[in-house]
Amino acid sequence: MTRRTLDGMSDDVAIRVRGLRKTYGDSPAVAGLDLDVHRGEVFALLGPNGAGKTTTVEILEGYRQRDAGEVRVLDVDPAHPTRDWRERVGIVFQGTGEFDELCVAEVVHHFAGFYADADDPDKVIERVGLSAKARARTHTLSGGQKRRLDVALGIVGRPELLFLDEPTTGFDPEARREFWELIRDLAAAGTTIVLTTHYLDEAEALADRVGVIAGGRLVEVAAPNRLGNRQEALATVSWRTPDGTLDSAQSATPTALVAELAARFGGEVPGLTVTRPTLEDIYLTMIGHR
Amino acid sequence: MTTTTTPAEPVTAAAPPRRSGRTGLALRQGRLEIRQFLRSRESVVFTLGFPLIMVLIFASIFDEEIAPGVSYTQYFITGMIATGLMTVSFQNLGIWIPIERDRGVLKRYRGTPMPKWVWFAGKVIMVLVTSVVMTALLLAVSVTLFDLNLPSTTTAWLTFGWVSALGVTACTLCGIAISSLARTARSGSAVVTPVALVLQFISGVFFVFTNLPSWMQQVAALFPLKWMCQGLRAVFLPESFGADEPGGSFELTRVAVVLAIWCVIGLVLCLTTFRWTTRRDG
Repeated sequence: MTRRTLDGMSDDVAIRVRGLRKTYGDSPAVAGLDLDVHRGEVFALLGPNGAGKTTTVEILEGYRQRDAGEVRVLDVDPAHPTRDWRERVGIVFQGTGEFDELCVAEVVHHFAGFYADADDPDKVIERVGLSAKARARTHTLSGGQKRRLDVALGIVGRPELLFLDEPTTGFDPEARREFWELIRDLAAAGTTIVLTTHYLDEAEALADRVGVIAGGRLVEVAAPNRLGNRQEALATVSWRTPDGTLDSAQSATPTALVAELAARFGGEVPGLTVTRPTLEDIYLTMIGHR
Repeated sequence: MTTTTTPAEPVTAAAPPRRSGRTGLALRQGRLEIRQFLRSRESVVFTLGFPLIMVLIFASIFDEEIAPGVSYTQYFITGMIATGLMTVSFQNLGIWIPIERDRGVLKRYRGTPMPKWVWFAGKVIMVLVTSVVMTALLLAVSVTLFDLNLPSTTTAWLTFGWVSALGVTACTLCGIAISSLARTARSGSAVVTPVALVLQFISGVFFVFTNLPSWMQQVAALFPLKWMCQGLRAVFLPESFGADEPGGSFELTRVAVVLAIWCVIGLVLCLTTFRWTTRRDG
């Protein structure tokens, strides 16, 4: 199979969405969403349940039809997915135990057969760390191992663009770390990755850019450390006053404030803390929970 | 390293595509479906075992002759083969497709470059192979244990072939169609089993069809199973028995027409109602 030649515009744009709308009954799930994902980047869509994350991603994957808006994914309108386009897009589902009667190697080999340019199935199994389980029936796998199989099926076709829907839900911390390494490997190899997640630390650890969805709209897109102008946010300095109550002040120059407090107290400031908003604080403010 | 400069040529794929052609894809899918079927003990027992057990029980209870030289088995086998064909196609698909849909198997297939028809082809291959195996098992058991007489003419074998093929096709299409009625994995068998059981009782599988009340016969005549049974009676019973049929003969033309109509109905329902995802997936 030859890769289609791309025109100048799409060279660095993997996904372009303008004014996307989708309504179920009376409630709009997606209400005018704009989004650009560049080739080769890891983009995390962050948002609470019901914010429109899954609907958006499923429209991008070609599973749902939109009501309005313009969508291009690898230069194709996903409302009309072609076989050639499916060759280039990998999807990692939130499925578990789907092929109970088959073993890991059988499933991966079978799916490899659907692609013209598939990767070596045994290498893919090794890459996701399932070699020891290659001959095991899929229903005997642990939750984390099943997710690895999901990933194997998503990447066996050597996709240019990979969708991961809440990939580490239900993982223990160690399994998450290992999973993150795998995603970083894929990203390093040039795969464009779009992942949805509830976990801020996951977005922070993996994503080049994070898009926050709330109420069916993308409310902000930024690098994780710049989200909500986090780097410019005021620091909160708090301390205990001589009568025992807690006092605090917001400051752009916390060092100066601390020096001033030190002078006032003549040495140690009781109960001193200096904090900046965490990603979680900013996120919760954005989605309107604070 | 070579110093010869060659004009820069676009790198073309050196390795030939490894993806199989159309036939190859369908056969691979069929093989996978058969493998899954055989490894699922419940479906093997339910699908292949049920008709066999029924033959063993009924043929042992009723060992008399229904006419000089014609054993009860000779009549009963026709209903059992028809039931078996319906089980491996209609019930099997009507129960398993909702389970696969619920597990997300269908959704996952839709996310690959696999053409849609390949998945259906895989199911059809699985149904065809299990139909042949089941029919062969039923005949082998009936011949060895209950002195069944196999058809002796080429015409009879041909009739056996087309009645079975047309019946399985109709039941396969209807099974795929009814699979979309089930909302969850578990409700597949709740939808399909009552339909199948009622049809078995009113279509002359367990009882001689003409002994049934005539309204029941008329209801049964609307559905494929009755006509599959009748077509198979033309194969296994002496020609003179045709006179006892409701229409005064085995009416093979009508058998073909009704089954063909059900193929069309099933196909239209499949094309218009088939769902790859569960309702909650939208």
